[in-house]
Amino acid sequence: METRLPPPPVPPAPASAPAGGNPGAAASAMTAPIIDIQHLDFFYGQAQALQDITLQIPEKRVTAFIGPSGCGKSTLLRCLNRMNDLIDGTRIGRGTITINGIDIQRPDVDVIELRKRVGMVFQKSNPFPKSIYENITYGLRIAGVKNRARLDEVVEKSLRGAALWDEVKDRLHQSGLGLSGGQQQRICIARAIAVEPEIILMDEPCSALDPLATAKIEELIHELKTQYTIVIVTHNMQQAARVSDRTAFFYLGRLVEHDDTRTIFMNPANPQTEAYVAGRFG
Amino acid sequence: MPASAESPSPLLRTRLGPAQIRECAVFWGFRAATYLVLLCGAFVFGTIVWNGSKTVFSPKPPFINVEFLTAAPESLYVFEYQGKKLELGDRAFRAFKAEHHLADIKAESYVYSAGGIFPNIVGTVLLVAGSMAIALLLGVAAAIYLSEYARDGWFIRAVRLAILNLAGVPSIVFGLFGFGLFVLFAPRIGPAPVASVWHFQLWPLHSYVNFVGWNVSLLAGWFTLAFMVLPVIITASEESLRGVPRGFREGSLALGATKFQAIITNVLPYALPGILTSSVLSIARVAGETAPIMFTAAYVVRDKLPWQGLTHWTDFFFQGVMALPYHIYVVSAKIPQNEYTERVQYGAAFVFMLLVALISLASILLRNRLRSRYKW
Repeated sequence: METRLPPPPVPPAPASAPAGGNPGAAASAMTAPIIDIQHLDFFYGQAQALQDITLQIPEKRVTAFIGPSGCGKSTLLRCLNRMNDLIDGTRIGRGTITINGIDIQRPDVDVIELRKRVGMVFQKSNPFPKSIYENITYGLRIAGVKNRARLDEVVEKSLRGAALWDEVKDRLHQSGLGLSGGQQQRICIARAIAVEPEIILMDEPCSALDPLATAKIEELIHELKTQYTIVIVTHNMQQAARVSDRTAFFYLGRLVEHDDTRTIFMNPANPQTEAYVAGRFG
Repeated sequence: MPASAESPSPLLRTRLGPAQIRECAVFWGFRAATYLVLLCGAFVFGTIVWNGSKTVFSPKPPFINVEFLTAAPESLYVFEYQGKKLELGDRAFRAFKAEHHLADIKAESYVYSAGGIFPNIVGTVLLVAGSMAIALLLGVAAAIYLSEYARDGWFIRAVRLAILNLAGVPSIVFGLFGFGLFVLFAPRIGPAPVASVWHFQLWPLHSYVNFVGWNVSLLAGWFTLAFMVLPVIITASEESLRGVPRGFREGSLALGATKFQAIITNVLPYALPGILTSSVLSIARVAGETAPIMFTAAYVVRDKLPWQGLTHWTDFFFQGVMALPYHIYVVSAKIPQNEYTERVQYGAAFVFMLLVALISLASILLRNRLRSRYKW
């Protein structure tokens, strides 16, 4: 087995579920929100993909976005680091996304800097066809870091952070594509944490992985949340229940309900949420 | 079909029906067409290789006709001396006359049929290298713009249409275009204004831009040939850029790369093998086209090699060169065809084929190296 990091200081799941489904208010898994989304409307051309989303995402917690395909959860995730800018014809119709008190849609926001602060791990693991070392140092190199000792240090730290160091330390200079699917996804996580973001967005990071690799990533997410705010999109309800502190349920571009994960799964306020988490639709 | 005792099942054929005969005829028709192409190719290559190798190779060591590959073309003199028929190149003929004190001797002469084709090889290599460099630079830049930056609209559609149309323009038109634009009109910077042409001062320097043209020159040939292959290079480069998975671009951008950084570090390197594949075909075309260079870059004969007698380094770009395809045209169509001229005709064609094969091979090897380096 791999080396275990010390257990996270925050318990993985809230100790007690709050009585009501009152979103946000006095929830035990809620810390100070780092991301604040207010009344967000989002369009692909003429088609509205998100409608009036209002959601706070707490710092150093794992927030899961769940919902059936096409419900807009990935779209919302990609709004958070403005990856949707790359798609022609997308626009935000109304509403704001505030990260650390800054409205990220403002024209004077440095998108490059934003994406360094808000890292992303994609559904399909996409290690670059370069060596593992080059993959991990990519973010630093394009930022102009050349100091070899610093790069070496970051590679080790990031790979340890992604629980991958012991598996790859002897082949840092071989291609990242020679690794297994789960290892490739952890390379992508290591690559993301190498630039020391505050927030890590994960877009169905385990959907292409086998259960064993998935378990490793989930374990990693538990460890990462001591340092990072994590937002994860998942189709797998058990996964959301296992890894997240807060869960937001989306349906047809609307946020139906968001609350502590335990509340969402044990005692949802909305019958639609209950039907979805019970597997009756979606 | 009437059932008989011999054919127990209608599934078993007793004789060929019209459908079978048609099928058979069509099959053999297609097959013959394919083999005919093969036959033509084999005949063309066979003739050139067979006759050309007589010039390029020799039965005695060092087995390669070094003179043919390293000397400049000369006139061939054929004459009778003391009952023997002699064939001598220009310089050898004059030495022979001096040695035997022959002031006047009747000899048949054939231009370019003695000596070698070294200046032509040099010229073709220079033309290919320069024009491919220009074409790749411009073509890849345009392809990056089209595939990564441009948003689809009527203007971009018009650009694509223009590129497609450019690919269909005959090479002689490119030659005339190059002649008009580069040879006669292109600007040159000089210390003084040239009164007879359009000119303006390069403010605030004490030099002038004069539209005097580049003359018949390497530079004019490079640009003409580059423009000729640009459509192929742009189209193929765009295709290979689009073939690079989206994940690499998004992965880079999500790590805080600028769009340009993402393209340079994480898109272009993986598209290079595909771009080089298209340039292999373009190399053969650039090396082989005669029409574009006969107006813009090629001399029939020139004594100096491109690096000889340059007064300033920029003169290098403003000189015409001898080139293999044009030489082949001249020796095949502009001098008599007989046993004395055959040597250089087939020899030049054979060397030309080898040269193109060699340059193409080099770029294929380069591509394969890149491909094995960036696999995904």
